[in-house]
Amino acid sequence: MIAIFKREMRAYFTSPLGYFFIAVFLILNGAIFAFCTLQQGSDSNLSRYFTSILFAFVILIPLLTMRSFAEERKAKTEQLLLTSPVTLPGMVCGKFFASYAMFLMTLLVGLFDLYPLYKFSEDTPNTPRIIGYIIGIALVGAAFVAVGIFISSLTENQLIASLGTMAVLLLFLVTSFLNRYIPFPWLRSVLSWFSIYSRYGNFTYGYFDFAAILYYASICFVFLFLTVRVYEKRRWS
Amino acid sequence: MIKIEHLVKRYGDKTVVNDISFEVGDGEIVGFLGPNGAGKSTTMNMLTGYLSSTSGTVEIDGFDILENTLEAKKLIGYLPEQPPLYPEMTVEEYLNFVYDLKRCKLNREKHLAEIAEVCKIDDVYKRVIGNLSKGYKQRVGIAQALVSNPRVIILDEPTVGLDPKQIVEIRNLIRTLGLDHTVILSTHILSEVQSVCDRIVIINKGKIVADKRTEEIATAVEGNRRMSVRICGPQKDVLTAIRSLDGVYAAEAVGQQDMDSITYVIETSEGLDIRKPLFHLMASNGWPIIGIEAMGANLEDVFLTLLGDTGSKKKKKSGKKEG
Repeated sequence: MIAIFKREMRAYFTSPLGYFFIAVFLILNGAIFAFCTLQQGSDSNLSRYFTSILFAFVILIPLLTMRSFAEERKAKTEQLLLTSPVTLPGMVCGKFFASYAMFLMTLLVGLFDLYPLYKFSEDTPNTPRIIGYIIGIALVGAAFVAVGIFISSLTENQLIASLGTMAVLLLFLVTSFLNRYIPFPWLRSVLSWFSIYSRYGNFTYGYFDFAAILYYASICFVFLFLTVRVYEKRRWS
Repeated sequence: MIKIEHLVKRYGDKTVVNDISFEVGDGEIVGFLGPNGAGKSTTMNMLTGYLSSTSGTVEIDGFDILENTLEAKKLIGYLPEQPPLYPEMTVEEYLNFVYDLKRCKLNREKHLAEIAEVCKIDDVYKRVIGNLSKGYKQRVGIAQALVSNPRVIILDEPTVGLDPKQIVEIRNLIRTLGLDHTVILSTHILSEVQSVCDRIVIINKGKIVADKRTEEIATAVEGNRRMSVRICGPQKDVLTAIRSLDGVYAAEAVGQQDMDSITYVIETSEGLDIRKPLFHLMASNGWPIIGIEAMGANLEDVFLTLLGDTGSKKKKKSGKKEG
């Protein structure tokens, strides 16, 4: 698993993809931050920024995960991984953690954007609340990366993997916003359970929601488990 | 070392590998021979645990590949049909990755340097794999299979796409490996197994058609000598004349290549040269011989005889591969 993690990390930095991801991430992050908080008349409340950045993830995370399994499958390098003494969960986790580490690192770098807020804002930013937001988006990010990894394992075409991931992630987000227009209460409650966004809410009030952590962890688990199943099924087909 | 029992692989109702059983002993080099689409690669993929079998078992040194997967896989080095290379890595990075992946415990620097030397890739050691030529890529693929010094090495068509010089090198390499490893290699080139392997398993349409030691297979058909002769003259009379010669076992006309000459295949008893009597006989009849070519019995004959595919026999003869 560690070997695969290391190789994946290196692959991000020896191909343009990693740099491309970091660049697009930081540009979008900076732009959203500037529009949400640095405009005249806006305050140090970051909720708009942290909501909008979720939508940026819909574009960014597929960039990160699209090649993970799709490329291995196309180049047949997966034969090496699958015939080496590595377990399937180990292989999937190695890939997941590499993509997620890449995501977290870039996220942390992006947090330098907050510096002007602390430096120039007239009111003091609510630091515990910002930390809550950050934990929140880090968790949402984990769930999104897991979804991306899963979809990448379904195809050998990176373009399809990225577009598919975008569609699914968008659906995850949009359900939370469109939910209120659904006329059936039961469907609404089912969908809101699935809604990645509604769990995110509590973090933004600055309190630590263990149920939400568990929720995101189980989303990750489910999608990584499905990825393992995809590989098992292909072996047995 | 390797024990394969009643291995079957079906895709839907298409049976790709149909009840294959054989054993490979320690230190043996076994050639796995068959035409394209015979099920060689599928079998190898099942041997290495990349695919599961529909039924049947594979045991590597007593470990079932599907039940004791990790233990079994630790014993195997595998070069698939397409070498599993990451084009953006250098050879050095790649071999180090494989070293980690296989949880190799040998001294890293020394072990990898040895492999690079054996496979003759030390001169491209620092180069990016994507920029290497096909021959080097293939050798990096072989090097990958040697990392962690596995007891079983499985090579799927190791010489495909290489030039003749490289093929000879790779064959020598495989022979060296066979000294202290168990090697299975698949190929559709007959001279390859003949020159490298101790034992040959021939497979066609998912079934084993022969499983013999290399010498046995070769001697099995060397009983008669065969040659192909082109003669100008009336076919019927020429045939009768040839058959009247001493020691001629069988003769038949196989085809007309130009307006007046016909090619005959003549089989004679072992250790008898009929070329001179044949010449005099034809000359006395006024039928010029315009070509004589010896057709040494080789694995190709065995192979095609075993497959019972006489139709393609003649076709293949003319474009004989000496890989």
